[in-house]
This record gives sequence, C-alpha cells and structure tokens, in this order.
Amino acid sequence: MNVLNFVNAFFSDSAHWQGYDGIPARLGEHVRYTLEALALAAAIGLPVGLVTGHYGRGGNALSLVATAGRALPSFGLLVLMTTLLGFGMLPVMIPLVVLAVPPILVTTYEAMRSVDPSPVDAARGMGMHESRILFQVELPVALPLILSGLRSAAIQIVSTATIAAYVSLGGLGRYIVDGLYQRNYEKVVGGATLVAVLALVTLALFWAAARAAVSPGVRRS
Amino acid sequence: MNGFLHDFFDIPSDLQHSWIGLVGLHLREALLPVAAGLLLALPIAQLCIRFRWLYPPVLGITTVLYAVPSLAFFVVLINYTGQTELTVMIPLAVYSLVVLVPAIVDGVRSVPQETLSAATAMGFGPLRRYFQVQLPIAVPAIIAGLRVATVSSISLVSVGMLIGNQGALGNLLHDAQIYNRPELTWNSVITTALLAILVDALLVLVRVLLTPWMPSGTAGRKQAPALKDAAR
Amino acid sequence: MITTAKSSTRSITRHPGAAAVALAAAAALLGGCSSGGTSDDPLKGGGAESGTVVVGSNNFAESILLADIYGEALKAKGIKVSYKPNIGSRETTYGLMKNGAITLLPEYNGSLLAYLGSKAKTKTVEETTTAINGKLDSKLELLKPSAAQSKDSVTLNAQTAKKYKLTSDSSISDLKGIAKDLVFGGSPEFQTRYQGLAGLKSVYGLEFKSFKSLDAGGPLTQAALKKNTVQAADVFTTDPTITREKFVVLKDPENLFGFQNVQPLVRKGELSKEGAAALDAVSAKLDTKALLELDAQVQLEKKDPLDVAKAWLKSAGLS
Repeated sequence: MNVLNFVNAFFSDSAHWQGYDGIPARLGEHVRYTLEALALAAAIGLPVGLVTGHYGRGGNALSLVATAGRALPSFGLLVLMTTLLGFGMLPVMIPLVVLAVPPILVTTYEAMRSVDPSPVDAARGMGMHESRILFQVELPVALPLILSGLRSAAIQIVSTATIAAYVSLGGLGRYIVDGLYQRNYEKVVGGATLVAVLALVTLALFWAAARAAVSPGVRRS
Repeated sequence: MNGFLHDFFDIPSDLQHSWIGLVGLHLREALLPVAAGLLLALPIAQLCIRFRWLYPPVLGITTVLYAVPSLAFFVVLINYTGQTELTVMIPLAVYSLVVLVPAIVDGVRSVPQETLSAATAMGFGPLRRYFQVQLPIAVPAIIAGLRVATVSSISLVSVGMLIGNQGALGNLLHDAQIYNRPELTWNSVITTALLAILVDALLVLVRVLLTPWMPSGTAGRKQAPALKDAAR
Repeated sequence: MITTAKSSTRSITRHPGAAAVALAAAAALLGGCSSGGTSDDPLKGGGAESGTVVVGSNNFAESILLADIYGEALKAKGIKVSYKPNIGSRETTYGLMKNGAITLLPEYNGSLLAYLGSKAKTKTVEETTTAINGKLDSKLELLKPSAAQSKDSVTLNAQTAKKYKLTSDSSISDLKGIAKDLVFGGSPEFQTRYQGLAGLKSVYGLEFKSFKSLDAGGPLTQAALKKNTVQAADVFTTDPTITREKFVVLKDPENLFGFQNVQPLVRKGELSKEGAAALDAVSAKLDTKALLELDAQVQLEKKDPLDVAKAWLKSAGLS
C-alpha cells in the first residue's frame, strides 16, 4: 500500500493513456488552463506593474489590491463563479487569475523600483523617451525579478487548477476528484504526481527562460 | 433585506455549527498548522544557516512539496488519518513550513556581519546572539512569511470540504449547492476573505509592535516591506 | 540598510523585551496546538462513546434528510444520537460503517447490493435484502426496507428527447446507436460502478461519446442537463427538478438499477431493540410519494432538512 506502488500501477495501466480521460488529454487540458490563466494574469499584472513601478506611484494601492486578491479563497471563488456564471471556462479562469495577479503585479512593481536610478537618470539626460527608458534601460535590469514573479504565479496556477475538476471541468484534477469519490488511490496519487511533475517542469522552463532572456550583465550570480 | 440576512446566516443543520462556530473552526484549522509550521521551521532554518550546504537540498524538497496540490495531499492522507481535521491540517502545516523556512533563512542571513561582530564584542554567546540579535532583526522577514502562510492557509482550509466536510466555512459551498442556496456561497467567500484580511492586518500590527526600531511611517519607499510581503 | 541594522542592534539591547514577546507569542501558539487537537472528532478511532448512535449520511440532500429522519426518530425514543452528515460517496461511508466510525446509515438496497459486487438480478425486495445480507460485512446488518424508492436513472434533457423522439415510455435500450453521440453526466463514482457506466455497457451495450464527472444527481447534474453540456445523466427518480425541467427518465427493462428502497444499514448489536423498532416504524411509514414531497421541501422550498424531518415525524405520529 505504499505511494510508489500506486504511482507505478497508475502509469503502467494502458487504459490511462488514451481517450478523453487519458493522461495526454488531461495533461493537455491542464496545460491549457495554466497557460490561459497565466497569460491573462500577465496581461493585467505586467503593464500595471511596469508603469506604476516606472513612475514610482501607486505602491500603496497595489499593496491593497494584492492583499485583497490573496485573501479571496480560490475554491470558494470557483464555486461562487460557477453559481453565478454557470459552466464553462470563465468561472475557472477568474479564481486562477485572481490568484496569479498579485505576485506578478507586486514583483513587477518591486523589480522596477529596485532598478539603480543612476543609469535611468543618465538615459534621461541623454534625451531618451520615457517609454524607451522603460523598455531599454529599466526592463532588462528588472527582468530576473519580474520572471520570478511570473514563476511563482505559474506554480500556483498549476497546483490550483486541480480544483476545476470539482465543477466538472477537466485537467489533472479530474483524477484526484474522481479518485476521491471512487476510493481509487491509484488515480489520486497518479494525478498528484502529474501535477507535481508539471510544476517542476514549469520551474525548469522559467529557469531556462531566465538564462536565455536575461542579459549577462545583470544576471544575479 | 431582513429575509436575505436571515438566510445568509441560517447555517444548515448538517454542518452542526453556527456561523460563529464555523468561523472558530476555520481559524483553528488554518492557524494551528501555521503555528506548527513555524515551530518546525525555526530549527530547520537554523540548521540551514549553520550548515550552508544543507539549504539547497532543503529548498529543493520544499519546492516539490509545495507543488503537490492541497486536494491530492488531503485525499492521500485520508488513508492514514481518516476524514478528520488532522488530515486538513497536516498539509497546511507542510505548506507553512515551506514558506517559512526560506523566509527565516533569508531574514537571519540578512543580518550584517558587523552587527554580529558588535554583538560578539559585547560578550553575547551564540545562543543569546541568536535570540536577542539575529531573530529580532529577522522579524520583518519572518512576519512576511507568516502573512503569506496564514492567508493561504485560511484560503486552503475550504478545500477540506471535499474530504467529508472538514473545510469549516468551505462546507457552506457544498451545502449551497445541494440545497440550492447560493447565499451560503457568498457567506463562505466573504467570511473567509474577511478572516484572511483581519489576520493579515493583525500580523502587520504584531510586526510594528515587535520592531519598534523600524520606521513606521507610510510615505514613499518605507512602504517596501509591506509590498514585499504581498509579493511572495 | 546597514544603518538601520546598526541602530536596531542598539535598540534591541535596550529593548530585550521584543524578543521575549516573540517567544511568548510562539509559546502561546504551541500551547494552543497541544490543547486544540482533534480529539473531539467522532471519525477518529473506534467511534463515539458507548450508547450513542452515530448517524452518517452521504453527500447529497436526500441522504442528509433521511439521516435526519431516522436519527430524530431514535431521539424521540430517548436514544442518544450524534450526526456525521454529508460525508461523501458510498465508497467512503461503507468503510466508515465497517470500522465503526458511524453506526447507522440510510442506504438504498439496490445500490448497496451492486456496490458489494453482486450482479444478482433480484426479483423482490426480500430477495434483495437476503442477497445483501449474504455479502455484507459480518459486523453490519440491514433493518427493514421502506417502500420509498429513489433510483438512479438514465435521464435525457428535453431537447435530446425531442431530437431522437424519445419519451418516458422509451427505454434505455432505445439509446443503442444514439449513445455514441451523447455525453453522459453523473457522479465521479458512477463512471466505475456496475450500476453506472460499467452496467450500461455490459447490460445494454451502450458506449457514450464521453463521460462528464458531475455530482450525485445534484445541482451540477441538473444544470449540465439543462444547458445541454451533457445530453443524458444519472438523476435520482425522486428529484423534484425532473418535472420542473421536463427531463425524460428512460425505462430500465433489464432492471440494471434494481430496487432502490430506502433501508437503514446498522452495526450489529449497537442498537437496542427499541431503537431498531423505532427505525422499522419509520420505514413502514415512508413511501416514494412522501419522500418526493420531503425532497421538494428541502431542495425547492429551501427548508432545513432537520426541520423537515422533525415535521414529518410529527405528522406521521412517530415523535
């Protein structure tokens, strides 16, 4: 009855590798939910964080928004949105985005604020336009920290997207919820393993992205 | 309006608690694990500080644990601890531990060498130096970690609903569905969010009280610590 | 940063109290940890204090209501009762009955029989009870069944029924050739149960396009049918929304879903003669019509199941 046996049994059952309830299908759904939620959250958090960070205003407001966002319980929000909006992707996207925006927003703001002001002043003195200062001077320096915000948002989404299964959506959470009601631990452990692996892959991807995208001059050890 | 308010706080009998009772239960299920996590995190963090080589593997293990979704954690534990509060609290304690260890390590490590040297020069032994210098200076970082751990713990307790109604306020979510009473969903979400905000504010207050040497103004860059808390 | 740190060292030496407060706070939390505990949880260990009947129920409204009815009937006879309602699926609750965490559970005879692994086609309620008792864990027994039945079913939404010209006179076997185009919805456990997808395949030869995990005939299932997210679903025949939403329940000529009489499952020897008699009296009075009406009070009129249970017991002269 140990966990490794469950994992082994789950992955060696060929029935788990095909069809609408197979691992490829469920993994695909999970990745899709994650990417969509992350893209939405980044579309909200990044511009707001970049601009407020650049001008150094609105820190208090951001802090409030972030606290409020973190305080909203994801699971409760999911059930509430399903009640209000019915089935579909939207009720799942809302809690995931609410979960992911605070880390992106706040880290981006912090990253922009932590940029050494002297090169910014120099750029300004050279007559650079504010938007060029933002994208060509501040952003490259702030990038490692910004990526770390995106990374923690992504990990949280991967882990939390499992609850979508409770409102009949797919994803890897399907195995966990179904396994719970069917008393099938093999499924639960298999699903959990897949989620954990997906989270680690996400970590690795962000590590690689940071290696590739961050200019060598600002790489932090 | 009166009718709505009445329905709002009219908790179905199968939950066997009043609204206040659920709030108490929720706080207990959320906060005990954070406390347990803190107690475990302090010695683990100290070991990581003493033996530097230990920190990377510890970080690796905690990252993997953090990636296990709470629901899966709960369900797997049912095998060992049954459908009990304990089954909800163990994973939450682990998540708290995972957040707190790096917070404490980074906090204690941020104490400048000259401060430590000054303490040593004043005749402080290692133990006294840890409790009277390193730990207090690390308080802001530790509280920052505690805030993250507590707020997420309060949010995650609700998921315990899925394992036989062990989710305190989260249990309202299921009852709202089976009895077609959406106001109970609102109750669950609003109450849980308010609890999180209140406890979060209390922790900020504790930090202000514990660190009287810190600037307490709110203007400009002094906001940074609060923001960093939220960023985790 | 360095300057703050330096000044802070000075202030700490002046305020050693700060550290003491931190320690005291930690100690207080630790104290709370040891005294809070989970000792008051009836699910832990070998059950509640002797003499108390622990009434459990599954995680859907009707099961909670039935648990309240049986539990309150015991209370009316002066028997100590505690409730462990709303636990989960039978896969969970049966285990809790076996290990003694709960002593009484309202069951449905056919589902229980199928759960216990029997594919026997029983013809009468008595036969069903006998068949179950043959398979049941040695520590458990069934009391007398009630006339009230609440079956699982294959139910179509109005538009699907119309599209394929099916009515409440049609049967599940009429779905042959159609099933491959339909998405079926049901509780996660329905997917693996014999009285579920497995039986629909082996008995009726039906394979659906896909299966959507919803809930045990609850609001998710109702909403999914209504919105045509699923075209067919498992809905309890006592569900008041069937008539309201014009769902079409298909006949079950092969009797896959069998008898589904409400029947209390108890642990042997943990219920007094008087207690068993009280439960039998409830079962004798409860029929499908009464159950439908009580379900409607809970699910449509939003009354609390405990109040509904008490009122019904009173009107039936059982309390």
